[in-house]
Amino acid sequence: MNISGSDLILACSAIGAGIAVTSGIGTGIGQGNAAGHAAAAVGRNPGAQGNITTTMLLGQAVAETTGLYGLVVALLLMFVKPLVG
Amino acid sequence: MNSSLLLSSASGDLGFMIKELVPMPFKFMGSTVWITTSHVCILIVLLILIGFAAACHHALTHPKEIPTGLQNVAELIVEMLSKMINGTMGKSGDRFLCYFGTVFCFILVSNISGLLGLRPPTADYGTTFAMAIITFVLIHFNTIKYHNAKELWIDKCSPLPPWCPIWLPINLISDIAVPISLSLRLFANVLSGTIVMALVYGLLSKVAIIWPAVLHVYFDLFSGAIQTYVFCMLSMTYVTQAIDGRD
Repeated sequence: MNISGSDLILACSAIGAGIAVTSGIGTGIGQGNAAGHAAAAVGRNPGAQGNITTTMLLGQAVAETTGLYGLVVALLLMFVKPLVG
Repeated sequence: MNSSLLLSSASGDLGFMIKELVPMPFKFMGSTVWITTSHVCILIVLLILIGFAAACHHALTHPKEIPTGLQNVAELIVEMLSKMINGTMGKSGDRFLCYFGTVFCFILVSNISGLLGLRPPTADYGTTFAMAIITFVLIHFNTIKYHNAKELWIDKCSPLPPWCPIWLPINLISDIAVPISLSLRLFANVLSGTIVMALVYGLLSKVAIIWPAVLHVYFDLFSGAIQTYVFCMLSMTYVTQAIDGRD
C-alpha cells in the first residue's frame, strides 16, 4: 500500500481537525459556569430574572467564541486544505 | 485549493458551500470574480428590508390618532432600538442610532433568512468582515476625533507609565484583534447553524419531516438573534469607549 505525502497530510489534517474542536470543552465549562451562577442569582433575587437572563445570554455568547475559533480551524483543515498543494 | 467555504473563489459539492452562479467579465488578482449565492441572498434580504421600510414610511406619513397595524410595529421597533442603543451608548447614542439600527436590522434579517431557504449572507466571511471593518473605522475615527496625541500615547502604553512603551505592541495587536474577533464570532455562529441544518437535510432527508423546525428555531431564530445583539452590543461598547476614553 502506497501512501503519498499529500495523503499523509490529509490524514493528519483530519486528526488535527478533531483535536481543534476539543476547544469546545472550555466553552462548555464557561457556559455552564455562567448558567449555574445565573441560576443561583435568580434563586437569591427572583425579581431580577429578566436582567439576569439577558446578562447570562450575552456572557455565554461571548464565551462561545473560543469554541467557535476551534470550529473554524477544524473547517479550514477539512475543507480549505491549506496544507495541501 | 478549495476555499469556497470562506471566500467565493471555487465551487463545492456540499449543501452549505457558497455556490458560484455567474462569472464576471474581469479578473481580480489573477482569479475570476463570481456572482455567488451570498450576493443573491444579500439582494433578497435588502429587498425585504427596503419593502418593509417603504411600507413603514407609507404608514407613518399617514399617521392615525390611535396607531394600528404597521404603524404600531414600526413604532415598537424604533422604540426598542432607541432604548437599546441609548442605554448602551449614553449621551452619544442619538448620533449612532441610524447606523446601529440599520446594522441590527440587516444582521437580524440575514440570520433568520435561513428560514426562507436562503443561505444566510452572514455565513460568508466577506459580509461579516466588511461590517467589522466599519466598526474598526468608527472606533479609530472617534478615538482620533475626541483625544489628542498625548492621551493616545498614554492610553496605548496604559498599564505602564508613558515613558516605558513596552506594552505598546501588545496594545496595538489587541486593537487589530477587535474586528477579527467580532467578524469571526458572527461568521462561525451562523456557519455552524448552516452546517448542522445542511447535515440534517442531507443525511436524514428521508426522515426529516416537521421535527427540523425545532432546530430551525434554535439555530436560526434564537442563535441569530443573540449573535445580532452581541455584535451590536460589542460594537457600541467599543465606540463608546473610544469616545469617552478607557478609565
